[in-house]
Amino acid sequence: MQALAPFFATDAGILVLTMLKALAILVPLLVAVAYLTYAERKVLAAIQLRKGPNVVGPFGLFQPFADAIKMVMKETIIPAGSERALFLLAPILTFALAMLAWAVVPVADGWAIADINVGLLYLFAISSLGVYGIIIAGWASNSKYAFLGALRSAAQMVSYEVSMGFVLVSVLLCVGSLNLTDIVRAQHHMWFCIPLFPMFVVFFISTLAETNRPPFDIPEGESEIVAGFFVEYSSMSFGLFFLGEYTNMILMSTMTSILFLGGWYGPFGLLPQIGPLWFILKVCACLFVFIWVRGTFPRYRYDQLMRLGWKVFLPFSLLWLVLTAGALLAFGWLPHA
Amino acid sequence: MGFFDRTARGMLMGELLSGMALSFSYIFRRRATINYPYEKGPISPRFKGEHALRRYPNGEERCIACKLCEAICPAQAITIEAEPREDGSRRTTRYDIDMTKCIYCGLCEEACPVDAIVEGPNFEFATETREELLYNKEKLLANGDRWEPELARRLEMDAPYR
Repeated sequence: MQALAPFFATDAGILVLTMLKALAILVPLLVAVAYLTYAERKVLAAIQLRKGPNVVGPFGLFQPFADAIKMVMKETIIPAGSERALFLLAPILTFALAMLAWAVVPVADGWAIADINVGLLYLFAISSLGVYGIIIAGWASNSKYAFLGALRSAAQMVSYEVSMGFVLVSVLLCVGSLNLTDIVRAQHHMWFCIPLFPMFVVFFISTLAETNRPPFDIPEGESEIVAGFFVEYSSMSFGLFFLGEYTNMILMSTMTSILFLGGWYGPFGLLPQIGPLWFILKVCACLFVFIWVRGTFPRYRYDQLMRLGWKVFLPFSLLWLVLTAGALLAFGWLPHA
Repeated sequence: MGFFDRTARGMLMGELLSGMALSFSYIFRRRATINYPYEKGPISPRFKGEHALRRYPNGEERCIACKLCEAICPAQAITIEAEPREDGSRRTTRYDIDMTKCIYCGLCEEACPVDAIVEGPNFEFATETREELLYNKEKLLANGDRWEPELARRLEMDAPYR
C-alpha cells in the first residue's frame, strides 16, 4: 500500500481509488438489495402466518440468487408500439439514479465517497430525478396501464417531495449545514427524532410515498392497473426497476437514519467504536418498518393520497418548520449565530 | 365527534399504531401453513382423490362391467366396454377414465355395487402432458394395487357411516 501511495496521488490514481470506493459501497449495496427482497418475503410471511421462502438453501437463503438467475434468463420483450430507445433507457435511468445517490452517504465519520458540502441537496435532487425513470417508462411503453401508473406516480412523488422538502429544511435549520457528515455530527448528543419527532413521522411517511411502497403503491396498484408503469417490462429491464425500487428503499432508510436517527452514533453514546454497525442497524430497523407497514395497511385511494399530501402534510410541516425556526431564534439555539 | 377531536385522533395515529401492533403480534403466532411437500395435512377417509380399480384378495378384479359408474358419471368421463371372458364371467375389456373431464364428485364410487372403482387418498398425480391423464384399465388397476392397503382401511373407517 505504501508503494502505491504516489500513484494514488496522480489523476489516474484518484480515478482508480474512487472507482474502488464506489465498488466498495455498490457491491454490499446490491447484496443488501438481494437480501432485502428475502427479508421482505420472510417478514410478510411471518405477519400473514406463512413460512416464506425456505426451500432454496438453508432457510431459503439462496432464494434471491435463484430469483436473479430466473430473471436474467427470461426473454426481454419490447412491445411493438413502444418508443424503443426510451423504453430501454427508463429502467437504466431508474437504476443508475438509485445507485448514484450513494456517493454522498456517510456510513461512518468521514466514510463518504464524496463528502460534498451540499450533500443533502444532492440526495434530494437525485431522489427527485427518480420520477423521470417512471414517467419515461410509462410513456414509452405505449400502454394505458403503464401510462396511468406513470401519471399517478408523477403526481404522487411531486406532492410528497414538497412536504419532504420542508422537513429537510427544518433539519437544516437545526444543523446549519447541508453536509451529511455535519448533520450526523450535530446529533452527537441528541438524535433529531426526539426534538423534531412530528417531522420525523412526516418524513418517514413521505419516504413511503416517495418509494411507491404500500400503502402508497398506487403507481403499481397490482389490483387496479396490473403493475402500473412497468407492466410491459420483462427480464432484466424489469429487474433493473426492481433493483432500483429496493435500492431507493434502502436509500430512504439511510436518509432517515442520517437525518433523524443519528447516523453512526449509538443510543446514549454507547459503543462509539462500532459506528458503521450502528448505522447499518438503524437502516435495517427502518427497512423493517417499511415492510411492517406493507404488511399492515391497505392501499390508499388516489384522492386520499393527494389529500394527505397536500392538505395534511404540507400545512403541518410548514407549521412545524415555522415553530422550529421560531424556537431556535427565541432560545438562541441557532447554529453559527 | 367534533372537528378537533377527529383531527387530534388522526394526528396521534392511534388507530394506525394499534393496527401495526396487531400485525407485529402475528409474527410470534404459530404458522398456519404447513411445509407442504415435506409435511402434509390430514385427509378424511372420504377424501376424493385419484381413482383406482380394486381387486379381491385372490387377485381377481372386482369390476363386473355393470356400467353403473359410466351411467351415473355426470361429466361422462368413464368409458367401459365389456364382453364375457373365456371362463364365462363378465369382465371389462376397456375401462377408461378421462381425468381431465372428471369432476371428482365420487358418484362412480357410490354407484359401484362391488366397491371396485374407488377414489383414493392420492391427489399428487399431476402430469406434464394431457395424454397421461387419460387413464386406462391397466393404469387404474395398477393404482388399485399400489394403494390397496390404504383403500381398504379407508373403506373400513367410513363403513359405519354408510
